This record gives sequence, C-alpha cells and structure tokens, in this order.
Amino acid sequence: MPEKLNIEFNRETLDLVNKIIKRYPEGRQKSALLPVLHIAQAENHGWLSSETMEYVASLLDIQPIEVFEVASFYSMFNLQPVGNCVIEVCQTGPCMLKGSEEILAHFENRLGIKAGETTADGKFTIKTVECLAACGNAPVIQVGTEYHENLTTQKADDLLEKWQAENKTSHTNPYL
Amino acid sequence: MAEKILLKNIDVPGLASFEVYRKLGGYSAVEKVLKNFTPDQVTSEVTKSGLRGRGGAGFPAGMKWGFIDKKTNNPRYFVCNFDESEPGTFKDRHIGQLNPHQLIEGMILGSYALGARTSYIYIRGELFYVLRIIEKAIAEAYKNGFLGENILGSGYSLDLYCQPGAGAYICGEETALLESLEGKRGNPRIKPPFPAVVGLYGCPTVVNNVETIAALPWIINNGGEAYSAVGIGNSKGTKLISACGHINKPGIYEIELGLPVEEFIYSDEYCGGIRPGHTLKAVVAGGSSVPILPANLILKTAEGKPRLMSYESLSEGGFQSGTMLGSGGFIVMDETTCIVKNLLTFAKFYHHESCGQCSPCREGTGWMEKILHRIESGHGTMKDIDLLVDISKHIEGNTICPLGDAAAWPVASAIRHFREEFEEHVKLQKCPF
Ligand SMILES: Cc1cc2nc3c(=O)[nH]c(=O)nc-3n(C[C@H](O)[C@H](O)[C@H](O)COP(=O)(O)O)c2cc1C
Ligand code: SF4
Ligand code: FES
Repeated sequence: MPEKLNIEFNRETLDLVNKIIKRYPEGRQKSALLPVLHIAQAENHGWLSSETMEYVASLLDIQPIEVFEVASFYSMFNLQPVGNCVIEVCQTGPCMLKGSEEILAHFENRLGIKAGETTADGKFTIKTVECLAACGNAPVIQVGTEYHENLTTQKADDLLEKWQAENKTSHTNPYL
Repeated sequence: MAEKILLKNIDVPGLASFEVYRKLGGYSAVEKVLKNFTPDQVTSEVTKSGLRGRGGAGFPAGMKWGFIDKKTNNPRYFVCNFDESEPGTFKDRHIGQLNPHQLIEGMILGSYALGARTSYIYIRGELFYVLRIIEKAIAEAYKNGFLGENILGSGYSLDLYCQPGAGAYICGEETALLESLEGKRGNPRIKPPFPAVVGLYGCPTVVNNVETIAALPWIINNGGEAYSAVGIGNSKGTKLISACGHINKPGIYEIELGLPVEEFIYSDEYCGGIRPGHTLKAVVAGGSSVPILPANLILKTAEGKPRLMSYESLSEGGFQSGTMLGSGGFIVMDETTCIVKNLLTFAKFYHHESCGQCSPCREGTGWMEKILHRIESGHGTMKDIDLLVDISKHIEGNTICPLGDAAAWPVASAIRHFREEFEEHVKLQKCPF
C-alpha cells in the first residue's frame, strides 16, 4: 500500500462500507467490491484512478489486481477522468425508434463535443449507454442516479441550462 | 381481465410505504405461512400454481425450488434477479419503484420455502434510485418484525440485502449474476452444476426474477389452484408486458396469459393501436433476444390462427414463423422503421455485452455488428447478407451461456422475414429510409 493516499473516506463513508461488508458471510468481503467501487468513484470525481482502486483493495483486504480486473469489466466504472456532469444517452433500439439519435446530436452540438469526450472546462462528458430499462418513456438519459425520460430537444435545453446554473455534478454517493 | 394479481394496488398513493402496503393486506401471506405452512407446503403451492419464471426462460418456479438439496448443512440462498437489462424490458423497475414491499414479501416467502437465512436482491447499478427505495422498504420491514431474528415469533430468521450491479447485461444470466455478487467479473459459469447445487459461495441457490417473486404473495393468499385457473394451457396466471415503440400508449400492462396479440396492440385498454397515420410493420415480442416477426405473423400464426400472448402460442411455428414470450418486452415498429438499423443497435448491444469467454460469441457479435454497419451505411454486398446468416449459425448453440443465441436469433430472424429490405440497402448502396 502506498504511504499516503489522496483518497480516503471520511468516518461516515467508512461506516457505510463496514455496514455493507457485514452483509456477506465471514471471509466473503470481496462481495462488497461493486458497492464500494460505486462509492469510491463518486468520491473520486466520477472515475477510478489506480490510487482509488488500491485504496478500495486495502479496505476489502484483497489485491489491487482483483479490483482492476473487476472495475474494467463493468461499463459504469470509468477508468479515465470524466467531467463534473456525465450525461449518459441511451442508444439501443427502443430509444432509437423514438429519436435518441437526435437527442445525442443535440447534446453534442450544444456542448461542442462528441460522445466519449469532455468539454474543455471539464464540466460535461457525454457517454452513450445501452438500454436503461425505461424504454416506454424513450428517449431516456441518465445523469448520476437520476433518470430523465421522454426527452425532447427542448427538455434537453432546459436541463442543460439548469445544470450550467447549478454547476451540476453527477458524482454523488449513490447510497445517499 | 378478472382481477389483477401483480398491479392490483399499483396506483394507490404511498404504496411504497410499509403502512399503506400493510393496510391493503400486505404481509398477510407471510403471517399465513409462518403460522400454518411448512417450507415444503409453500413450495407445493407454488408448484400447483404453475407459475413460470418471468425472467425470460419460463422455467416452472416450483420445480426449480424442488432441485434444492435440503439435506446438506450448507447455507442456502435465495437471490432476486433485478438486473432488468434486456432491451425493451422495463417491468421490474415498475414493481421495485412503486411496490417494493410486494417484492420483499415474496422474498420472505421464497426464502422460507428454501430455508434461506440470508437473501439478496441483485439490482442493475443504473437503478440505484430504485435500490434506495427498496432499502428503505427493507428497513421498514425490519422495524415491523417481518425481517430479522425470529420473524413474528416463528423461530424463522431472515436477513435481506440489496446488491448493485455496475452496467453489464450479462449479469442478468443467473450464474454471471452470482459471480458478480461474489465481487467478480460477470463471467457465466459452465452448467452443470446448476445453482441449485452449486450457487452463491458454492451453496445451493435459487435465482428468480422480480416478477416471479412478486407473484408469490397472491399465490399464498389465494392458493396455487386459484392462480392456475388464470391463463391458458401451460401459461398460467398473468404476465407483465412492457410495451414500447410506435404505439399510442407505451407502458407496463398486466395481461391474463392468452390475450390475443391483436387485442393487446389495438385495444385502448392496452397499447391503444399504432401511432396516428401509421401501420404495424413488425414486433419484437419478448425482449431484444427473441425473433422479430412481421405484422402478419405476430397477429396470426402461419396457419391463420389468432396469435395469443402465451408461451405456447407465441412460439407456435418454431423459428420459421414463431417467436417467444421471453421477458415480455414488447417492441412495436411501424412502417417508418428500418429493420436493418434497428437490428444494428441490437448487434451493437450484444457485441458490447458479450463477456468474451467464448470465441464464437466474442468474435461473432463483433463481425455481425461490423457487417450490419456496412450494409446500413450503403457499403454492403449481397454476400454480406448470407455471411450474417452463416455467422449467426456458428454462434447459436456453441457458447457457454445463451447470450450467444440471444445475439444470433435477432439477426437470423430479421433476414428470414425481411430479406428484401437488406437487399434493397445493398442495391441502392444506402439506407432506403
Ligand atoms: C444474457 C442473459 C441475460 C439475462 N437477463 C436477465 C434479466 O435481466 N433478468 C432476469 O430476471 N433474468 C435474466 N436472464 C435469465 C436468468 O438467467 C434466469 O433464467 C432467471 O433469472 C431465472 O428467474 P426466473 O425463473 O424467475 O425467470 C438472462 C439470461 C441471459 C442468458
Ligand atoms: S456466450 Fe458470450 S456472454 Fe455467454 S459466456 Fe460466452 S462469451 Fe460470455
Ligand atoms: S432502449 Fe433506451 S431505455 Fe431501453
């Protein structure tokens, strides 16, 4: 373990982690990996640095490679830095039928970036994602743990304006 | 429909709270079972009901529970599959969000039947806001003595927890789900052994879908026979259908199994017909994995019989002219839809979601995406169409888990029923839509 880590959970977050670890049988604390990675990612501005993953490994008493192996498998975990507010636009069939391409293009035009990129001021990242299980209200986007459904370009504009104004971050502890 | 089983109270304000759920008769099935039923009697009611798994495969729930070896001293686990990631499927979210106690009550009943002392609800990570709603409901259930030590003084104890996924469709496959719950990559396990023998932490485990579990309180309250009186043939009870696409009323509908497809699409009680000025072109009836059918074959079987919303009727005609009920994700497309383009989004999906363990799936899904992209963007050849069929045949049946089949069927069926549309893309060297 490195001498001094930049990331360290506060007391409350550590209590939550310990509460989660108790949900599994003795010796099965690795089961807490996904929940703890979600928390760690939120605490580390929305992405998992090597340092963050090493910290998670130390919390769960497992090897850093085990953490990396898992983090790289799941698409919700970002292994590169992202903007403050990550806009995830669903692109799968049912959303496509209802105009998700137009919504994506609209966000791209408004922010001057392509999917997968972050604005120069570090405020926004656009990411395309697969079906969010809300197809009846297509098109759908996700920001942090919020869903925004039945999206129109007008609604997208309203949201962007609101997020700009409040300096929106999508990186909040998902358990709270 | 005579009586709703799953969504009866779904519109009652505050249903997600313990107080309201309880006032409407909630948790009476738990009281009944802990007072009067042995665990095996619970299983036997579920077997009698004819309830089949609602996650997609339709396996009889009671029979699956019967595979659990109760003689070992190992702990046993009951796990709820709330991964809900099959494109077109959005029914479990409805229950979790609006009626979490119904799911919790079902979890207690199933856990008691199986002798599980710890149970988990594995929910896709994108639905964290639903996880928070369920965790709140779980806390209420503990506070009111329906979870925890010695429930209602019966001597039976149960702990129930929620576990988030993190964006991986494959974790809906039950053995991948168990791997994920153990804190690993979601790589499906080779079966056998089945989870009933070697499941979570190597212990006997049953995995059931949210909707399957949510039906349990009604079955216990009203009896397995009453449940099996609803529905048609071997399709007992009711099913949630999540309908989306080009219909007037997308949404989640509880139907009695056996409802004519035509009525489901056109009646105002359900989808309310195709959006104004348009006509039905095709339907993917059971989530993105099942074969697509053109309008004529979804409304009537090849023999001209009305097609019904049931396991048997939807699959009548096999893959030549039928499809599957699957997860109940009902995707409706009108004449403006490009079949190739829609298929391309699915192919991209399966390529993205393949866990990469088997080469036919890992490579084949990528090839299919690439070729479909080529055809859709006007650079395809006639040979590409046959190549797609060929690749799909090489994936089907040659993989560890059914994701391979799930990726192959949509491609094979789209070409089977809409070949001219693929050819038109090639002839015009562009998308005709
Ligand atoms: C690739 C793949 C994805 C699946 N996704 C889900 C899912 O999201 N939810 C679900 O309940 N079952 C899903 N299943 C089915 C499960 O493996 C399993 O059959 C089901 O959870 C059993 O519950 P049931 O018998 O109550 O339906 C999936 C299967 C495969 C092969
Ligand atoms: S079929 Fe695909 S998803 Fe399933 S185990 Fe093989 S590679 Fe993984
Ligand atoms: S396709 Fe976008 S939510 Fe399902």
